[in-house]
Amino acid sequence: MKIIDPHIHMVSRTTDDYQALALAGIHAVTEPAFWAGFDRGTAEGFRDYFNQLTVAEPGRAAKFGIRHYCWICLNPKEAEDLALARDVLAVMPEFLDRPTALGVGEIGLNKNSRNEVTVLELQIALAAERDELILVHTPHLEDKLKGTRLIMDAIRNEPRIRPERVIIDHAEEHTIGEIKDRGFWAGLTLYPNSKCSPARAVDILERYGIEMIWLNSAADWGISDPLATVKAANEMRMRRHPEELIRKVFHGNPAAFLGQSPKFHAA
Amino acid sequence: MSILKSPLSAQEILESTFLENRARILEIAAFLDRIERADDAAEARKDFRYQAVLHAVGCLLAPSGNRTGAILHRLSDPTTEPIPSSAGMKSAVGAWQEVTREDH
Repeated sequence: MKIIDPHIHMVSRTTDDYQALALAGIHAVTEPAFWAGFDRGTAEGFRDYFNQLTVAEPGRAAKFGIRHYCWICLNPKEAEDLALARDVLAVMPEFLDRPTALGVGEIGLNKNSRNEVTVLELQIALAAERDELILVHTPHLEDKLKGTRLIMDAIRNEPRIRPERVIIDHAEEHTIGEIKDRGFWAGLTLYPNSKCSPARAVDILERYGIEMIWLNSAADWGISDPLATVKAANEMRMRRHPEELIRKVFHGNPAAFLGQSPKFHAA
Repeated sequence: MSILKSPLSAQEILESTFLENRARILEIAAFLDRIERADDAAEARKDFRYQAVLHAVGCLLAPSGNRTGAILHRLSDPTTEPIPSSAGMKSAVGAWQEVTREDH
């Protein structure tokens, strides 16, 4: 079965992982811009990172027959410095124009601060001006519920953004209902300890249906699993869900959302 | 909303996952016992994270089909306004601790 992992941070992974993805049937990935584990000091640091996302990683992936796409943004963990944020936003359009950049992401909030909200609004406006897809990072743990609501309010305050062109990622049991009620796509992230297990993610599918939902690994430099989507697909299989539904969740749904960008071609 | 009904019966769910969940509940018990054996157990019992675990354990006993959501709600920040600044703050801890205005 072919799988798309629509949220994975391959800059943090080894070449072995690309090989494992290919062997497991994951032939297309999309990589949002994120926090590197340290704060970058200048917009030039982000320029180098955006080059890595748009040039280096597609090249690494192609050696294994994997199509690599990306998202460009200033992530919320580095959004407290408004001067730096404005400098980074100024270089973003050059990279959003690149052939594998699908939109603005992963924007959102981390600790739900005023400056984070300001930078989020600036990036929503940029996405609206360019008619870009948006991939949203929702905060971790105790900050998720409040942050998800603040993010959805900010997006709905921008009338040029259609909710079906926005995916609110890292949803869990306490946020998925509101995300779907407000017309957005929802992402379920399969990540040890801090997000969903494969079993909980499939529970959520059973409760809320499979429409406008994707699953992803968000594998990065933390303890995480680039094959998590394969394991969640197998969880569905072990529960005797039909193969047709499994294909829709792990290939059809992400292809439908990502296909709203003319740059995306599902492998 | 289109619900995706699980093909598994409740009995099949018990058959396939009872043992792993038995192990999980023993891990939680062992975690609490480990705290009790420590010299500063009394302090730990007042910690908001310890209290959050006890409350979550209580939620397991509720006759509900949404225990997971109830626990996550209980662990969440219930406020609605952005905080003044996140400078120096990167991580979340997993349970919400009310901080009084004087503490800022």
